[in-house]
Amino acid sequence: MKAQTRNAAINTVLLLVLVTAAWQLLYWSFGDAALRSPAQTLAYTVKLFSGEMIWPHLRETMAAFAVALLLAAVIGLSIGFTLGYNRFAADVFEPMLVALYSIPKITLYPILLLMFGLGMPAKVAFGAIHGIIPIALFTMNAVRNVRVVLIKTGLVLNLGRGEMVRSILFPAALPEIFTGLRVGFSLTLIGTLLGEMFASQRGLGYLLMNAIGLHNIDLLMALTTILIVFAATASIVLLHYDRKIHARL
Amino acid sequence: MTRAGLWRIALVTGFAGAIEVLCLTGTIDKITMQAPHRMLVDLAKMIASGSMNAAIAKTLTNAVLAFLPAIAVGILTAVALFPFKRVRNVLDPLFATYYAIPVFAFYPLLIVMLGLGDAPQILLGFMLAVVAVIINTLNGLDRVPRVLIKTARVNRMGPLATAFGVMLPSAAPYVLTGVKLAVAYSLIGIIGAEFIMSRGGMGYEISFAYNNFDNAIMYPLILLILVVSIGVNTLLGLWEKRLMLRKSGR
Repeated sequence: MKAQTRNAAINTVLLLVLVTAAWQLLYWSFGDAALRSPAQTLAYTVKLFSGEMIWPHLRETMAAFAVALLLAAVIGLSIGFTLGYNRFAADVFEPMLVALYSIPKITLYPILLLMFGLGMPAKVAFGAIHGIIPIALFTMNAVRNVRVVLIKTGLVLNLGRGEMVRSILFPAALPEIFTGLRVGFSLTLIGTLLGEMFASQRGLGYLLMNAIGLHNIDLLMALTTILIVFAATASIVLLHYDRKIHARL
Repeated sequence: MTRAGLWRIALVTGFAGAIEVLCLTGTIDKITMQAPHRMLVDLAKMIASGSMNAAIAKTLTNAVLAFLPAIAVGILTAVALFPFKRVRNVLDPLFATYYAIPVFAFYPLLIVMLGLGDAPQILLGFMLAVVAVIINTLNGLDRVPRVLIKTARVNRMGPLATAFGVMLPSAAPYVLTGVKLAVAYSLIGIIGAEFIMSRGGMGYEISFAYNNFDNAIMYPLILLILVVSIGVNTLLGLWEKRLMLRKSGR
């Protein structure tokens, strides 16, 4: 196990070195007009975090993301459990969910804006619709694939529906549900940021759009780096737990 | 038609009907949404007049330009990576976290590097699509039965012949899953990029119409994009199912 952890660490470091090297090469070939070097970006990021400007935007994005993720998880899990429990409903709705999953959800953004108006609710809704479907699909399949003997045991013990979900279906389906939540986490983040990019007056997505408009490459590179580091770190941590939970069963 | 299928059609029709009623009674006002029958009429008019043909052609061409190279490069990369365990271990965290990264955040950089033409959009669609193909092809290659590889060795097939004559055909259903995702992702990439910043295409026209409250253009275009992406996806899904059945030997 220990050697495995060490190997994983070595691989991550190697990957980081590779990415940084590629970035530096890109910088050398395109020059100052297009992008900044890793060192310059790091320096600017440090400056950004020691200043006042970024904090309200960061808080806004985090708040929108947290609410969106909560909504996506609650709605996604309820849809997933309902469909996982009810074979026929799953037959009816699964193809529809899969079809919804494949559409470019960006096209729906104007409709959401018209429904919710500019600001926080539209952002949250946009983030949530990105996350709901994968969470629902993973949960549905997880519940459906719970071993029959476990469900029969529950039936023999005369468990009610709530009790059944709480003490049998949820624990048994947990690994797959966690995978769904992990995928939902990243998609919700992307959705929230996209929402901020199109129509918002605050948040990191707004700053990003602003930086494009003003051709502020320092800010652009720093923001892109911050977002990628956050997303990658979160997803690596989640992936680690994901594998741990899967290994336990 | 199965019972579930009938239910599905009934639900979709019911949903559209409900919106229709809500729109006609004015519960949903005209600025928010048009009645569904108006969308269809406007869509028919739009296609007949050809006013959006340039935008539609541009978006679809760019999507194809992103998606074909993504498939070719994705499959070839997977085949090239497959034998090198060490390299794959290093790249694994990248693949695992790739779709957690907001790739659209790169779009501004791509514009600065390549200019505000079609190139950054195509590249964005390509970047989104290619990794799905690589991941799924590798997944498929991992599941090729050993006996097939051994048979290839017995027949003294070279590495290239083995890859293209034995391994890829055996992995075809998984490759097709990747292709299906690549179609969706390249469309998402292209249309998203057009939304954020561009000078044409369906995404651009939608956001332009949105900014002008021009629902007679916006809703038909949204409808068209939904129909195209769901249609393509359903067709590929059917093909995928057939390949899976063939593989499991039924």
